[in-house]
Amino acid sequence: QIQEDLNKQLLNNLVSFLSRSHSDFQEKTTEWTCRMKFREIPTAALVLGVNVTDHDLTFRGLSDVLQDNITPYVALLEAKDCPGIKNLMQKLMGQLMNCDIDVDPLEDEDCVQISQNRIRCSMSSLISWYESVTKKTDSETPSKKRNSSSRHWQSPPVVVIFKDMESFTTKVLQDFIVISSQHIHELPLVLIFGIATSPMIIHRLLPHSVSSLLCIELFQSLSCKEHLSTIIDKLLLTSQFPFKLGEKVLQVLINIFLYHDFSVQNFIKGFQLCIVEHFYSQPLSVLCCHVVDIKKRVYSLSHDQCENIRRLPSFRRYVEKQESGKQIELLTNDSFLKEETEKLLKDLHVYHENYVSILRCLHVFTSSLPKYPLGKQIRELHCACLENRVWETEEYESSLQLARMLNKTDLVTMLQQCVEILMSSSGKEFDRTVEKLKEFLTQFQNLEAEVSQERDVSVSSQKELQKKTDLYHLQKTLLELKESRRSKKLTKFEMLRFEVVDYIDSLVRRYLVPADDRTLHEIVYFNAATVLRGHLNAAPRTALHTALNNPHWYLKNQALKCDGGGISNKAPDICIVYKLHLECGRLINLVDWLEAFSTVVMAAEEPNAETASSDQVDDIIHARFIRAVSELELLGFIKPSKQKTDHVARLTWGGC
Amino acid sequence: MSRPEGIRSSRRSLQVKFVPDEDVLKHISDDAGTKVRKDKAQLSVSVKRFVKKLENISDNEAQEILEEKNYVAALGICAQDPVGNGSNISGGEVYSFQTPKRSNKMAELASELAQTPEQNVAPDHSKCPEKMAKTPQSSTMFLLMHVFSLLFQSKKREFVSTTPYRLRKRLAAPDPYLESESEYSASCSEEEDEEEQKEVSTVLSDQKTPAKTKAASTPPPRNSLAKKIKEPKMGSLVEEYFEAHSSSKVLTSDRTLQKLRKRRLNQQTLHDLLKNAPLAYAAEIRDLNQQHESLFSKWMLQLHLGFNIVLYGLGSKRDLLEKFRTSSLQDSVHLVVNGYFPSITVRSILNSITEEVLDHIGTFRSPLDQLEFITKRFKEDSSLELYVLIHNLDSQMLRGERSQQILAQLSSLPSIYLIASIDHINAPLMWDQAKLSLYNWLWYETTTFNPYVEETSYENSLLVQQSGSLAFSSLMHVLHSLTLNARGIFRLLAQHQLEKKDNPSYPGLSFQDFYQQCREAFLVNSDLTLRAQLTEFRDHKLIRTKRGADGVEYLLIPVDDSTLTDFLEKEDEDV
Repeated sequence: QIQEDLNKQLLNNLVSFLSRSHSDFQEKTTEWTCRMKFREIPTAALVLGVNVTDHDLTFRGLSDVLQDNITPYVALLEAKDCPGIKNLMQKLMGQLMNCDIDVDPLEDEDCVQISQNRIRCSMSSLISWYESVTKKTDSETPSKKRNSSSRHWQSPPVVVIFKDMESFTTKVLQDFIVISSQHIHELPLVLIFGIATSPMIIHRLLPHSVSSLLCIELFQSLSCKEHLSTIIDKLLLTSQFPFKLGEKVLQVLINIFLYHDFSVQNFIKGFQLCIVEHFYSQPLSVLCCHVVDIKKRVYSLSHDQCENIRRLPSFRRYVEKQESGKQIELLTNDSFLKEETEKLLKDLHVYHENYVSILRCLHVFTSSLPKYPLGKQIRELHCACLENRVWETEEYESSLQLARMLNKTDLVTMLQQCVEILMSSSGKEFDRTVEKLKEFLTQFQNLEAEVSQERDVSVSSQKELQKKTDLYHLQKTLLELKESRRSKKLTKFEMLRFEVVDYIDSLVRRYLVPADDRTLHEIVYFNAATVLRGHLNAAPRTALHTALNNPHWYLKNQALKCDGGGISNKAPDICIVYKLHLECGRLINLVDWLEAFSTVVMAAEEPNAETASSDQVDDIIHARFIRAVSELELLGFIKPSKQKTDHVARLTWGGC
Repeated sequence: MSRPEGIRSSRRSLQVKFVPDEDVLKHISDDAGTKVRKDKAQLSVSVKRFVKKLENISDNEAQEILEEKNYVAALGICAQDPVGNGSNISGGEVYSFQTPKRSNKMAELASELAQTPEQNVAPDHSKCPEKMAKTPQSSTMFLLMHVFSLLFQSKKREFVSTTPYRLRKRLAAPDPYLESESEYSASCSEEEDEEEQKEVSTVLSDQKTPAKTKAASTPPPRNSLAKKIKEPKMGSLVEEYFEAHSSSKVLTSDRTLQKLRKRRLNQQTLHDLLKNAPLAYAAEIRDLNQQHESLFSKWMLQLHLGFNIVLYGLGSKRDLLEKFRTSSLQDSVHLVVNGYFPSITVRSILNSITEEVLDHIGTFRSPLDQLEFITKRFKEDSSLELYVLIHNLDSQMLRGERSQQILAQLSSLPSIYLIASIDHINAPLMWDQAKLSLYNWLWYETTTFNPYVEETSYENSLLVQQSGSLAFSSLMHVLHSLTLNARGIFRLLAQHQLEKKDNPSYPGLSFQDFYQQCREAFLVNSDLTLRAQLTEFRDHKLIRTKRGADGVEYLLIPVDDSTLTDFLEKEDEDV
């Protein structure tokens, strides 16, 4: 379980790395904007896309980069902190002066403290603060701040980042911009707007008089899909990471990403959850570790754990394939089992290494085919390969067909790419493959020479054709030509192309075996997609609906069992009341409802309750009804209504 | 009669055959001409003939049977899916638009449910078409007889069953027509429907049904359903919506609880009664809860890994959380928030964190400041850990946007572990993407079926007589200690209010008018005395004043009319 934490750190690093890499280009341009010091405030509008949840990381990375390279004065503002201009200024001052403390912590800390609390937060105080700070750095820098001031300029700009521009109130923004534009000469201010929707929003939020004060430059961040593919690339398609996702799980995660939120962070959260679930629920997940540790861990297995291994379905399949003597050994001898397990796990690891490289090669081929029968992204290909034997699918057939029609230059470049991929991969088995591919490449080059000769031949035949003038003869020769072309052996290029494609096909068949077929895949793969979906993408309404409509689903009692749409009259009170209320329109008369309820309940109790004093029973039923109704109110199905006495209003629609 | 599921499923299957007018007429004149006769015995004969006919059909025409089987199979399939398994229901099926329904539908369903005996073989079950899925032939016949016998037995017009009627029609139609007419246009069938509807009403009226006029005025809902078939689904949804909202008046009966001879229960007796009433399916519920309890250690792990947990599902999750608290959190610092408590605020939650957990004395200017302080403290001291349990995160007081924002930020702190429960169907709508990512929820379905005892006890339930009885007694009490004139003043106001009780937008009595009336009754001599008197009333919360749009002061007694009537009667007795 230490491993999980390690993984998580890795993920987080990854994300911040991503955001930083994209903020790099940002930084250059802010430098440029800083130079313009007219009345206009240099502004960068950063279009980030709808995945709001990821923005936090991006901005944090951005402000870090800015702080490191350009200016120590960076303030991050969020809409929820700034309901008014006053709060905004306060927040701004606070953040800027904290930056100041970070730069030189030894000086007048108390002074700053006071200023934060007492001083009227206004632009002028901000300016005076800024002047004092810059002067200070000017006067006393030489010795102390050489390293930092060499990077910062003489008068570093103050960068203010508005994280979520859309949710700021227009008034606040306008006021702030107008005020700061008045002071732009004394205070070099740079604004950065984070925008989720489209750059048009600036003009919609700000009137022309205000937006003309800004000098806006637009930046587009990478789309979240690209982030996702990088993450998938780095996490799933490496052999360094022992933990793998099963096909269904990956599908669920990707679907949530694509159809719900576009949030890379949520994707990572799902991935983390997978790891947690896997290590929590799979007792053998101790073996899910790096190759170097396998040996140690396998030999420390207890007897019970060995039994667990024997119980794995994939292992059983494996045992059944062995000869009888080995079978007995495997099933009875723990130490033999351990040896075997270690070997199998190492096999699995090698398989992953090969898998990834070949998958990339295949992706090179399929991603350039028209219509993308196997998907454009490598993740789709990955899913397809995990799901079942990819070479048995129709899509694979069609993509091979298409690959057989590729032209030469494409084919050559693809082969070159494949060679590169295979060379860079760590698998040892690929030496021969690489050789083979290189051979293909040289053959293609040789072809070129031959082709020129061939062309001569064809030209001559065409010349012959021109000579014939007789219609009959012409027709005959054409037919012959056609015939010959059909029957003629394929050209050398075509032959070679076929060969290449067949070779790729054989590679695929060899290496892209779905993981489910591998022995001991349960240790490394997480496959409980339904659990994951339940936790991440829950459907509380459906659960309520099921509980109310079909209590048998939860309460396994025969009396509740009732097929068809209805429920039995013995269902819990709230179910009956709910069912009755479905029959009503917008308003429900409580008296009618109560009567209907008591009819049902009385009928259910009839056999035994006839003898009891009817008044007593009535009161209890009444009380039960009251409870059920107020429970429905709590659940939000009804609310009291003033339209008519003793009526409640229904809040849901229909509900058949 | 037939449940909405039945209607829907048959609609979905689209196997319903429609018969053109001429055929129906012909068929009626041929076979059912006797129907018009008033004689009951005669009618039963015709029923038998129907049944015979059905037998003939099934004997002779293999194709007919085949079609019927298809139809029935389709019904069967559809009947399964509305309740199939919890996770496969689409949203549209769960809560679609409202269809206008008859007011007495509920009573019908109730009687049907009541009639449903324990064993599923009884004839009543054949009423719902789903049940026929098992034994197509026999049950259809059974159904025919059943419907007719019901027609005879009951004088209620509700028993003009919808689906069985359609079935009867379909079965009764001569087969050659049935085949040729299979693609008959829906518009035509609609007209025919109406015609048949009329016929039904005439048949009924001939049978001395007392409700003959009503039957014509409120056609069974099937008619509207038939309309829907021809329309694309979207359009019909939109129309349904407007249909449901077009008429401001709603057809419900005017009965009130007042007229019910039963006395109203107050909170205490209600509580006692419920305590005595045995909880149904206690064993199953216990099993269910034990299932959830096995997850406790997993929750702990996941909480520590930075996730927060939210529980949903029917039934009170309070006991479950309590059990979790006692079993797992005994040794750690934790805070329990009863969200259902009517006066809970975010501020009080934050206060209890700062005061109890962090031992900080002092106040904060705003919740945001307080939150900042908490964040700082938790970041400084990594050994601080806090478990927050919130019952009903979606309660009235906490569901506001700002409180959710604050709670979300609180929960995003790495050393604060939040576990909460939600109940409202629309609870997930509280959270947008940003909040969701702050909360970092893991969802757990914990349907417990436990009654919401605590949660609903603070609710102002409609049926529980709390304000009523309390108001009445306090009214009497206060007024008895007042002078005669003051009582008179109050009476005047009460009478005026009762006169205007039919006017829903009645703003109250304006001060000037009231003064005028009081003067005329010699109750006050200046408006100052009246004002002094009113202040006294206001202090006892007997009246409420409101400023109208025109700046005039309006006076209102914030007690419901029935209590007021009771009060006046009582006063009359006393005087």
